[in-house]
Amino acid sequence: MNLALRDIRHNRARFALTTLGIGLLLMIVMGMGGIYRGLIAEATLLVDRIGADLWLVQASTRGPFAEISRVAGNLEDRARAVPGVASARRFVSHTVQREHRGRPLRIVVQGLSWPEDRGDWLPLIAGRPLRQAHYEMVADRSLGLALGEQVRLGKDVYRVVGLTQGMVGSGGDGLGFFSVADAQAIQFDEPPEATRLERAARFDRVVANDLGRVQPLLADRSAGTSANIPAFGQPLVSAVMVTVKPGANPAAVADTFRRWPDVTVYSTAAQKDLLLSGMVDKARRQLGLFRVLLVIISTIIMALIIYTLTLDKLHDLAMLKLMGARNRVLAGLILQQSLLIGALGYALAWWLGQYAFPRFPRLVVIQTPDLIALAGIVLGISVLASLLGIWKAMRVEPNKVLAT
Amino acid sequence: MNASTPNRVAAVAAERLTKVYGSGNTEVVAMNDVSLQVQRGEVVALLGPSGAGKSTLLTALGLVNPPTRGRIAIGGQPVLDGDQPLTDLRAFRRQHLGFVFQKANLIPFLTAVENVQVALEINEVTPRQARRRALELLDYLGVAERAGNLPEALSGGQQQRVAVARALANDPSLILADEPTAALDSHRGRQVMELFCRVAHERGAAVIVVTHDHRALDVFDRTFEMEDGRLRPGHSA
Repeated sequence: MNLALRDIRHNRARFALTTLGIGLLLMIVMGMGGIYRGLIAEATLLVDRIGADLWLVQASTRGPFAEISRVAGNLEDRARAVPGVASARRFVSHTVQREHRGRPLRIVVQGLSWPEDRGDWLPLIAGRPLRQAHYEMVADRSLGLALGEQVRLGKDVYRVVGLTQGMVGSGGDGLGFFSVADAQAIQFDEPPEATRLERAARFDRVVANDLGRVQPLLADRSAGTSANIPAFGQPLVSAVMVTVKPGANPAAVADTFRRWPDVTVYSTAAQKDLLLSGMVDKARRQLGLFRVLLVIISTIIMALIIYTLTLDKLHDLAMLKLMGARNRVLAGLILQQSLLIGALGYALAWWLGQYAFPRFPRLVVIQTPDLIALAGIVLGISVLASLLGIWKAMRVEPNKVLAT
Repeated sequence: MNASTPNRVAAVAAERLTKVYGSGNTEVVAMNDVSLQVQRGEVVALLGPSGAGKSTLLTALGLVNPPTRGRIAIGGQPVLDGDQPLTDLRAFRRQHLGFVFQKANLIPFLTAVENVQVALEINEVTPRQARRRALELLDYLGVAERAGNLPEALSGGQQQRVAVARALANDPSLILADEPTAALDSHRGRQVMELFCRVAHERGAAVIVVTHDHRALDVFDRTFEMEDGRLRPGHSA
């Protein structure tokens, strides 16, 4: 006869509530681990999916994810000329927050190096990649945009032609893919008045020096669009991604780039390390600390509940002792209840998580090794939680029965 | 006071038991030089006012509250010499003793049959055998129809019968009952006392009953009275 189960049968409501409470706590512990895994996945997702071998960023920076990086757009052409390079693409990434349909819309704007890169590599769940150089975008589903929907960003309106799933930035915001030119237009958009003021200021600067006075045509040009002024370079990009030819040695190609004083080169692995050791590390430690605290709280709550259940049964335990029950019978009763609460709480946490985690605003990734580790922890805390109750049960005297 | 019945191996033999609580100025002698022998099949009543030492004697014989001095043998086997155990007392209780109290003290989360069954299972009887034996005992005591009920669903008399069944579960040589009829009306109280007699005579167990109830003394084979920690024979039934 299993005394633990019989006692639980008699105290169903209390046991169910206890299990529910422990289950919810364990679900949070499980979720915290999942959020950490999600952070890593989100942080490294783009680096993994984009398929570049090397990243060329502004010299002495750890860009473009860990910090701001600005390189000239023509770095793409210089990179293509290096032996062993199969392709080089401009990379533009920045976050914008705009009002759309009456609610804030945060998009990580991602530039695709049109026409070489049209987003064919994107994990589309609906629609298609980009087919024209302007005014199209591929949006992640997390942005809440529908296929064919039009979004105004800056002066232009972009139509959603494709949808991805799970493509989010390290901050959890959904990615929107545009051509690099459109991404830059969104990034450097300024109001007409600012443009007019800048042109007027430019004209004043030119006519205020000899060059402008001896070449009036130059002064006229300076008051026009910047695209008509050859001295102005292309807008800056965040980085250039390099793909190495099959059979070429990426390390040798990287060595070539390292000799360029205006850039710093990172492999994809190094780029991921930068992300994980910088942005994610503090979050990992913070979540880790929360998990430890929650595990301790769960242990204390379980111990108190098991202890209270034991106190309620002291008279019965004394009776069992009087009847000659061995200590292992009494300890087994308490330990089994603790293990059962732990096991059912764990199962409940897992089951609830199946429904709750997909609704979390950030990606939650539950991995089997994490589940196994948590199961081990739950086993440990269940045993630990039962110790106080067992200690109390061992101390109860059989003649306590006679006192009542 | 020595109240012995020699010649046979006694179900319980207590020799010069003394129990002293506290020390120095606070010393209280709860039981003073008590000797007692009870044979198998014999039903004995312990009478006396509150604080006379009846329960002290009962708990000493039940091996849960050892005397300060004196010896106890159960079924001819010495088990206590003063407060020194001569055997594993818990195992000995399990195999040779049965207890019944004023309250039935049934385990509230076990049904009637499980309350009896648990006494057997902690004595290493297999669950199936324990179940069968428990049902037999409940049938013997007339409460088989309530076997599946929790104690809260039983009347006081039914609970006490289940408690007696539990006390009988391991076929003990000695049953100790501490005011088992105090919570029952006179009719049910007498029924329980008669039950003890039946159990003792049919199953050969010795039964010692602490009671204040003088109305059912006729069912006992012998009676003893305790006063100020001393035991003396009462009137014979």
